[in-house]
Amino acid sequence: MQSNAALEYDYSVAKLFTYTTILFGFLGMLIGTLIAAQLAFPELNYLLGEYGTFSRLRPLHTNIVIFGFTLSGVFATFYYSAQRVLKVSMAESKFIMFIGKFHFWLYFVGALLGVISLLLGYTQSKEYAQFEWPIDIVIVLVWVLWGVAMFALIGIRREKALYISIWYYIACFLGIAMLYLFNNMSVPTYFASGGLGNILHSVSMYSGTNDALVQWWYGHNAVAFGFTVPIVAMIYYFLPKESGQAIYSYKLSLLSFWGLMFVYLWAGSHHLLWSTVPDWMQTMGSVFSVVLILPSWGSAINMLLTMKGEWNQLTENPLIKFMVLASTFYMLSTLEGPIQAIKSVNAIAHFTDWIPGHVHDGVLGWVVFMIMAALFHMAPRMFKREIYSKKLLEAQFWLQTTAVVLYFTSMWIAGITQGMMWRAVDEYGNLMYSFIDTVTVLHPYYAIRALSGVMYLTGFLMFAYNMYKTMTSSRELTEEPQFRSPMA
Amino acid sequence: MDIRELQGYASFFMTIFLVVMLYWYIVYLYRSEKKGDKDYEKLGNIALDDEIDSKPIDTSSVTPREKKEQDK
Repeated sequence: MQSNAALEYDYSVAKLFTYTTILFGFLGMLIGTLIAAQLAFPELNYLLGEYGTFSRLRPLHTNIVIFGFTLSGVFATFYYSAQRVLKVSMAESKFIMFIGKFHFWLYFVGALLGVISLLLGYTQSKEYAQFEWPIDIVIVLVWVLWGVAMFALIGIRREKALYISIWYYIACFLGIAMLYLFNNMSVPTYFASGGLGNILHSVSMYSGTNDALVQWWYGHNAVAFGFTVPIVAMIYYFLPKESGQAIYSYKLSLLSFWGLMFVYLWAGSHHLLWSTVPDWMQTMGSVFSVVLILPSWGSAINMLLTMKGEWNQLTENPLIKFMVLASTFYMLSTLEGPIQAIKSVNAIAHFTDWIPGHVHDGVLGWVVFMIMAALFHMAPRMFKREIYSKKLLEAQFWLQTTAVVLYFTSMWIAGITQGMMWRAVDEYGNLMYSFIDTVTVLHPYYAIRALSGVMYLTGFLMFAYNMYKTMTSSRELTEEPQFRSPMA
Repeated sequence: MDIRELQGYASFFMTIFLVVMLYWYIVYLYRSEKKGDKDYEKLGNIALDDEIDSKPIDTSSVTPREKKEQDK
């Protein structure tokens, strides 16, 4: 378009969210490593008084990595890639620029308030939804602002078709909006009681089994729409762009999208197998979890086949390595989840360390790898400098891959050992082991997990250093790279 | 029949309905490509050719921006 010859994409908001991705990633993983070490060495609970105990830090870890690191990564990649696939610059609309920047600053203030409130012990005691009602309101506003920016950009686009990544970003927006609102319905007790108690305190609008059902409908789908859908959005843009290969099958990407939307929302009740929810609902959760393999593998196989005929790039380009490993871990994780959701397997797996093992091969191998690869791809385009060090990138890849393998293998062994010991009975039907027996046996595996945490965190620091040097002192680029990201 | 049983049947029939919809969607995708109405695979190039001044890949429909300009 002649009239837009001088127009450029505006990455100012994407850059801001890139900084918070790195900041919150470091914080979240640092706390995660500390609490992993606390499980192996309980005396580490007493380093910082009440602020350093496992119970205070665990929600901080989960909330910082979900709402801090991952969402920052989602926003950074959205503000970068949405402009490009819609072929419209944020600089073309003062309104969108304002909303984008307001979105960032409100998000940053809300995130800091959230961190402080959890550190001080304010929690509504719902997993992944611990924030009290005033923080929830800020989060809702932040989400609305993202939606306004998203649909405003779509409204002024030049590219007529919405690229598949945009579909996934829209699904992330709508899915989280619905889940977050319903699960966080609560009554602030101060106002309901006419001024009694703490102003921040609230109680859920649901109770008993209904509360558990809503909670795990939310909890499971927070994984769906926070850790899956927007990460698939990223890989559908960044892998083709970095490799120079169009998606293997666009039709398969559309079918997988609708398949994922249809199936994922019904699988949450697998978190409540063998509990007081209706039996048919438990069975439905199991069945839908197994069916979920199809759309998940549809996307993952589509990604791997995108590299068809170009597998040499796997050895030549570390970013391709990160993304291919991410989609491989996505496949592993989306097979492991359904296996755990089978009722008989769940009877052993439930409440054991196999569950955090499963979560972490998904998040460390899939979510974090993909977000880091996306930011590395964006950096030369946003800062107009080549990536500072390929060697550092390679070293980071192997260190973190080893860390993920150590994490999930130790937790697999720990979890199955734990599950078997809890159920073991002697010839008279008495339980053979008390709880502390399992703790003693699991100690080495907890120590391995803590070590893997240290390794993964070191890898993340290598990523942060590489990004910092890329932003500040790497060789400047005269023109934007078309596909493969340049690196020294 | 109590409410829980009703919910179970509702869930079953809704599942059947949605499965039919999903299979219908596969047929729709292939049929519209065969008829020449759509070229889905071409859309994969949107990620590759994403410069702000490059020509839009999809020319089969009208964007809101163009519609507004046409209306003027």
